[in-house]
Amino acid sequence: MTAILRSPTTIVGVMIVAILAIGASASPNFLNASYLLQQLQISSFLGVVALGALGVIVLGQIDLSVPWTMTSSAIAATSVVGVGAAAQDVWSTELAMPIGLAVGAFIGLVNGIGVALLRVPAMIWTLGINAVVLGLCIFITGGFAPPGEASPLMRSLAVGRTLGLPNALYVWIGISLVAAFLLTRTYIGRAIVAIGNGERAAYLSGVATQGVVILVFVFAGLCSALGGLLLAGYANQAYQTMGDPYLLPVIAAIVIGGTSIQGGSGSVTGMLLGVVFVTLLTSVLSVLQMPDPHRQIIYGAVILITLLLYGRFTRPVN
Amino acid sequence: MPSPDDRAALAGRDRGLLSDVEFVALSGISKSYGGTTALESVDLRIRRASIHAILGENGAGKSTLIKVLTGVVRPDAGTVTIEGAAFAVRSPATAAAAGIACVFQELSLVPDLSVADNIFLARGTGPLGFIDRRRQQKAAEALLRELGSEVRPTDIVRSLTLSEAQLVEIAKAMAKRPRLLILDEATSALGEQQVGRLFEILRRLRSEGVSILYITHRMHEVDTLCDTCSVFRNGRHVETFPQGERSPDAVVELMLGRSVSQIYPAKPAPAAGQPLLDVRDLSWDGRIDKVSFVVRPGEIYGIGGLDGHGQQETLLALFGVLRNVTGEVRFDGRSVHIGSPGRAKGRALGIALVPEDRKSEGLHLPLTIAHNLTLSVLNRLTRFGVINGGRQRRLVDDLMRRLQIKSSSPKAPVSSLSGGNQQKVVLAKWLACDPRLILLCDPTRGIDVGTKAEIYALLRRLADEGAAIVLHTTDYDELIGLCDRVGIFYGGTILRELTGDALNERNILRASFALATDGPTDSGGH
Amino acid sequence: MVATEISPARRSRPPLSLPPGAWRLALPLVVLAVLFAVLIAIHPRGLAVASMTPWANQAVTLAFVAVGQFFVVVTRGLDLSIGAVLALSNALASELVSGTPVEIAVGVVAVLAVGCLCGAINGAAVVFGRIQPIVATLATGAIYTGLALIVRPTPGGDVDEALSDMLTYETFGFFPTSLILLFAVVYLVWWPLSRTVLGRSLYAIGSNESAAFMSGLNPKRARLLAHVLAGFFAACGGLFLAFQTLSGDASVGFSYTLNSIAAVVIGGASLAGGVGTVIGVIAGAYLLRTISTIMIFTGLPPMAQPLFEGLVLLAAVSVGAIEMITSRNKLKVLR
Ligand SMILES: Nc1ncnc2c1ncn2[C@@H]1O[C@H](COP(=O)(O)OP(=O)(O)OP(=O)(O)O)[C@@H](O)[C@H]1O
Ligand SMILES: [Mg+2]
Repeated sequence: MTAILRSPTTIVGVMIVAILAIGASASPNFLNASYLLQQLQISSFLGVVALGALGVIVLGQIDLSVPWTMTSSAIAATSVVGVGAAAQDVWSTELAMPIGLAVGAFIGLVNGIGVALLRVPAMIWTLGINAVVLGLCIFITGGFAPPGEASPLMRSLAVGRTLGLPNALYVWIGISLVAAFLLTRTYIGRAIVAIGNGERAAYLSGVATQGVVILVFVFAGLCSALGGLLLAGYANQAYQTMGDPYLLPVIAAIVIGGTSIQGGSGSVTGMLLGVVFVTLLTSVLSVLQMPDPHRQIIYGAVILITLLLYGRFTRPVN
Repeated sequence: MPSPDDRAALAGRDRGLLSDVEFVALSGISKSYGGTTALESVDLRIRRASIHAILGENGAGKSTLIKVLTGVVRPDAGTVTIEGAAFAVRSPATAAAAGIACVFQELSLVPDLSVADNIFLARGTGPLGFIDRRRQQKAAEALLRELGSEVRPTDIVRSLTLSEAQLVEIAKAMAKRPRLLILDEATSALGEQQVGRLFEILRRLRSEGVSILYITHRMHEVDTLCDTCSVFRNGRHVETFPQGERSPDAVVELMLGRSVSQIYPAKPAPAAGQPLLDVRDLSWDGRIDKVSFVVRPGEIYGIGGLDGHGQQETLLALFGVLRNVTGEVRFDGRSVHIGSPGRAKGRALGIALVPEDRKSEGLHLPLTIAHNLTLSVLNRLTRFGVINGGRQRRLVDDLMRRLQIKSSSPKAPVSSLSGGNQQKVVLAKWLACDPRLILLCDPTRGIDVGTKAEIYALLRRLADEGAAIVLHTTDYDELIGLCDRVGIFYGGTILRELTGDALNERNILRASFALATDGPTDSGGH
Repeated sequence: MVATEISPARRSRPPLSLPPGAWRLALPLVVLAVLFAVLIAIHPRGLAVASMTPWANQAVTLAFVAVGQFFVVVTRGLDLSIGAVLALSNALASELVSGTPVEIAVGVVAVLAVGCLCGAINGAAVVFGRIQPIVATLATGAIYTGLALIVRPTPGGDVDEALSDMLTYETFGFFPTSLILLFAVVYLVWWPLSRTVLGRSLYAIGSNESAAFMSGLNPKRARLLAHVLAGFFAACGGLFLAFQTLSGDASVGFSYTLNSIAAVVIGGASLAGGVGTVIGVIAGAYLLRTISTIMIFTGLPPMAQPLFEGLVLLAAVSVGAIEMITSRNKLKVLR
């Protein structure tokens, strides 16, 4: 009983309720259904990206290439639409999403190769990849956002609704279910957890550890790309700084969800709550109409306090 | 802390008198981890100038007792007195200040620092507590030489073998010039020579008035070294008696609560037939040099010799861990290339490896017993990558029953098991694959007598069922008692192969130093 | 006994190789020397005071921050707030470091004290709050950035020019004062510390914390110290940046955080803790900045520069991979 009360999930749950209460007291519209649905819709973009990052963190690694994986896939997809529109090519709108995802998968592949085969620490390798992708985009586009727009599919996934709920939410929940299933019920999930707890022992148990690491990074690349495509669909354009605000909130959402940044374990359900928490926190701060510096301070302080509560309530045995 | 002069004076006095003086006393010490009780109101008195053995099966609470004494863990209840005065052991630093030093079972070395830095880790050797590197270097060198170690003070600890690291850990404890020196399975990776040397030092320290607590699973070490024995069982202090008062069998019975009639299973007639494993001129990186041997189904082949002569590497090479291995490995008559552990364990070969370091290489300590047990066979429990829960449960139950793994539940983390049970999990994990060839690296290091006997019986049974077994161990007893044939490594190659009557301690020792052996021998290979 | 007669074939090192640790220091130094030679070769002014001083100045800020980051990394942590601390001290410096000599002195001390305080808060969150360093500093970083923005909403401010000139020109007319400042500060702080048990315990807890604890060291104290040192050096960086630009800017932070990690790794420290040298890390910072400078002088189109910088960073961190790929024991390369 006390174990449940003291679990990270409970703590985030309580914090979410607290934020909702504060928001409601500040603005009567805060608890209105359409506003909350819009929050969930925005959460989905962060949530999709965080799912990929979760796998990487369970491995005991980290992916700092999130911002430009998102941005470059979005730029690729919108440019395909733009180029197709100029050439009056009917196929280009269909190709936009696959091409965007392929860009993400490829970046993930390069990340995975660097970490698994070259064995450069992920922290630094993915940082370098982020810089290279940024450089490539600037080099190719000349520093301007290329002409183009989101394809209808991207728009529909990002802003459309089905049965009254945002499509983005379906996408997020769908991928979350798949990820949770993969992580807990399949060979690959066990292998990921095992590697996160000790790659030597996993290797000596016959797990193809390098292959698994590469696969997880490819999945992370795909998730970042999808997040970027949804965001581009939402804004109906791609822009250079679109991925930047996602890097740290992704990590925050995962850790708030009760996953150790050191790897070896991970909770998809906890992370869902973490994502909602981070999104709501950002939005309540903007509802309170606070100046940006104060927002940052409160944002940091709330995350710190939440984590301090974890440290207090979920004491390790020794 | 006594100065060297004090010690000399003490050494001159009658040891009989001195050893009646109580130095440290524990009373009512209890400690539990979550649900498991590691210690339950333990009282223990440690006299001066005494070598005091602490005996008990795996999980009896020996290491926990030591950790309480050294301030690594805080007891839930109980008090410690030193020389009659109550003493609060708040941290390892306070214990060290009171003259308590310990050789920890899991070692307390920092891998990225040099040997000298490790030996004097918490103490500056220079004025004002500053670090005087030159003095530190010299002192470390002297200590290491005394222990017969060839390690240089500037070596980085990460590059040491386990036995070298163990000697450094001993040097580190001795460097504190303790009044109470604790050795928790300090000799588990050492060879006979090194142990002999250590014993001489310990006896000298005792004559200087130092109290020594000595924890071991090797009963013969107790016979030759200790003067007092305390037996622990299930966290309780069962009894203390002068060494020699009870027969070894009686001591074992006191430890386990039951008697162990026979440690080693009977050896069958020499196996005939085609070899399963036929290794020819295996070489690698200058550390394995043309190793050749054969192992037949039903055979337990021992690998011995001084530590670091290519034994571990040979096993790793056979499991596909090493790159650029030359020579030929024939498996079941076919020449094979073993590229990775995944290939080695696959159905085509069926090789299993029980690695040297069970904590970092054999197990995932934070994961559950079930997850550890199934990791190496998971691909056989899945359909389209999805794990079949029922089959997994049955397999886990079956393995836990077969090896008598003692635990509350298969969902308990492996880290909560005692050392012996952890080792059983490693073995069980590989038995799940139904291996045809089992490679073992010191599988009984740190394992109590009772479990050892179980493991030996299990290995023999597996051999009888047709498996071929290659066993590397530093324990001569084990080579002689369990193995059918033994290859002694020297300088990266098998210098002698001993079998039958030639398989005795004297020959193993002589072969380890590349000296001529007596009796019928086979020079190895073909 | 025969024990002394034998010399087993153990741990034979190839005759020409350095001990494993030495490569980690030698590599960044050698690469930096080569890059420096390239820079001088292509620099329009060649080896001259007018080319040396800017070269020395431009990397001092990053070098300070990287040294600070190093102390956290060596304890197996990571400080994601270090750029924010730099920004905060930079913003504070633009408010406080001007006026009479006394006011300036008080201002400098205040800025350094705030840096140390930020570090101490990080350390407390890690040690007493038991939050992973990377996450704790992610949160505190947001707080420090917010504070910096409050202190200096837009770039600007006032920094004493005389002091600035003194620190960013040359000593004896030819030697960059900034280099002297950098080495003097690092030497005064780290040299004595590295000769104490407390200083050594930074390495020890990064290498194996429980072993360090069992040996009688105090991991909490060491970890706190590491974070305070990080805050201190970040503040040094913020101060120097203020002297260099004569103003404060609250938004400079995050790129310094990322670059400091890169400099630490290129400088031979291990993100797994326990390994690295301060000199190597300074070389790492200079290496990164020198690459950027070379980029500018090679006449590369400006649009291609970020790409090449990224590629060079990847190449630099991949050098260590050669050892990994050629390792003959596959277990050795796994963690
Ligand atoms: N950190 C821990 N967390 C949980 N349980 C523990 C911990 N350390 C020890 N235990 C449990 O406490 C009991 C005593 O362990 P201890 O290590 O003292 O045994 P031991 O006598 O030293 O055994 P061995 O001979 O295997 O070294 C065991 O049941 C063990 O599982
Ligand atoms: Mg023990």
